[in-house]
Amino acid sequence: MSNITVEQTAPAGTGRQPRLRTWWAVRKREMKLHKHSYLLMAPYMLLFFTFTVLPVLMSLLISFTYFNMLEFPRFIGWQNYARLFLEDEVFLIAVKNTLLFAAITGPVSYMACFIFAWIINELGPKLRAFMTLVFYAPSISGNVYFIWQMIFSGDRYGIANGFLIKMGIILEPILWLKTEKYILAIIILVQLWLSLGTGFLAFIAGLQTVDKTLYEAGAVDGVKNRWQELWYITLPSMRPQLMFGAVIQLTTSLAVADVSINLAGFPSVNYAAETIVTHLIDFGTIRFEMGFASAIATVLFILMVGTNLIVQRLLRKVGQ
Amino acid sequence: MNMILTLRRRRRVNRSFLGSFALFLFLAVFGAFMVLPLIYAINAAFKPLDEIFLFPPRLFVRNPTLDNFIDLVELLGNSWVPFTRYIFNTVFITGMGVLGHVLFASAAAYPLAKHKFPGRNVLFQIVVLSLMFSPAVTSIPNYMIMSWLGFVDTYWAVILPAFAYSLGLYLMKQFMEQIPDALLEAAKIDGASEYHIFWSIVMPNVKPAWLTLIILVFQILWGTDGNGFIYSEQLKTLHFASNQIIQGGIARAGVGAAVALILMSVPITIFIFSQSRIIETMATSGMKD
Repeated sequence: MSNITVEQTAPAGTGRQPRLRTWWAVRKREMKLHKHSYLLMAPYMLLFFTFTVLPVLMSLLISFTYFNMLEFPRFIGWQNYARLFLEDEVFLIAVKNTLLFAAITGPVSYMACFIFAWIINELGPKLRAFMTLVFYAPSISGNVYFIWQMIFSGDRYGIANGFLIKMGIILEPILWLKTEKYILAIIILVQLWLSLGTGFLAFIAGLQTVDKTLYEAGAVDGVKNRWQELWYITLPSMRPQLMFGAVIQLTTSLAVADVSINLAGFPSVNYAAETIVTHLIDFGTIRFEMGFASAIATVLFILMVGTNLIVQRLLRKVGQ
Repeated sequence: MNMILTLRRRRRVNRSFLGSFALFLFLAVFGAFMVLPLIYAINAAFKPLDEIFLFPPRLFVRNPTLDNFIDLVELLGNSWVPFTRYIFNTVFITGMGVLGHVLFASAAAYPLAKHKFPGRNVLFQIVVLSLMFSPAVTSIPNYMIMSWLGFVDTYWAVILPAFAYSLGLYLMKQFMEQIPDALLEAAKIDGASEYHIFWSIVMPNVKPAWLTLIILVFQILWGTDGNGFIYSEQLKTLHFASNQIIQGGIARAGVGAAVALILMSVPITIFIFSQSRIIETMATSGMKD
């Protein structure tokens, strides 16, 4: 904002020490100039650091201790992590389930967000607004997954059972949410139903901002159909939104817990629906093994941030 | 208008009828998958008990009744804590959270978008990084921090973290970047302070983004069950009370549907009225490396 340009480099010939000191002096002067900026940010940043940054660091530290909330934490090195990966069989089930969820709901919901947004974008304004609402509504309607409990309820009155019995496909009602082989599939289905959220809206918006003249230019240059248009013009112009959507979809797909707890119960039959987050809830809020739970949280943190950074790197290459 | 029409006609050049038909059919099928459970929920709220447990089950209600809503009022009239208290709790938490978030996130977004101060990139990178993990990661230390601060079992344990959601700051900052610098420079030359610029120039210009932040935080707080921080019955939220009703089992199925209908209708209504503004904000949501 300020019009004052600050000399960045120290005069030649000075040693390292003075240059460092000048650098600091320059920084200090700049910071003083921008004291209003810092003041404006202060309330938000104070809360953000207290409730987001500090907890991540604390979690990392606590994960190396034995801590039950009553006694002072005792340092035990890597023991929590060793126990997590070598002794805790349920955790391995949770990791397997989480990765399976994420590998399916992540990419599928991401593509669904884009494909539906892309088709909706071809509609007229009124119909477009309506279809946007139809696809976005499940993700903002709160805890409506109780509907899915009624759909997959284990008696004849459940929609799924009633329909299948009437069609003559099955004779006996199926206990959908208590049968291991169905639980994962149902949770994935419901999670997908809920997943057209912020990312979907970002794509809808992104598609509307693609420069229309590019399409005309493309048609002149020999783009023949809508698929070529999508690949050569639309996707490359939308890279920023694509990256944002990826972060949102990926983070949600790795954090599956609410749907699992509400539909499959907690704990679920034979831990068939256990995820890393439900495992974390189990140790953090029921067993009060805070050190161990923090180790789970740290693994989850690394998993989430790691996959996100890798996906960002891959998306940056799209169309380059 | 004419120009839009020609543009649209021109865009049809690369459209085959068959392709359009197939795509719209595809959209319709999945649209039905998205909307049917919601339609079922709406209908269930108006079904008398014998229709909820009907074999074979049907989607639409035959003899609509308000019994479920009446039962709900009765049920809640007998509850230990009056139902209006749950409503107040949710409305208070949501209202305060939304207000504080819009205010604080905007105040922080303005310098991040428009000032070049030392530490700007680092701070923004940390915010972006925080989009990459879910709140579950920080739940345990957060409980400890809340208990140190003495906020356990108060509204503030839910409200204060909502002030600092990172998605809101991110979207607001991206949106503010498109305010022309000249506008701010002009105000500065006129002698306006940064706070004045923020309040009377920047804020009125980012109204669409307010609505977006409002709906994002609203939907999170409206559906909160207290995140494990609230124990006192008189401080519990509507969502918590409704979960207790739904968990009442078969006898409460109709009432549960009525509560769910009331709960979901509010955010959906807000979205219907703010959709175009939200889309406008989302257009700037992209990540520019």
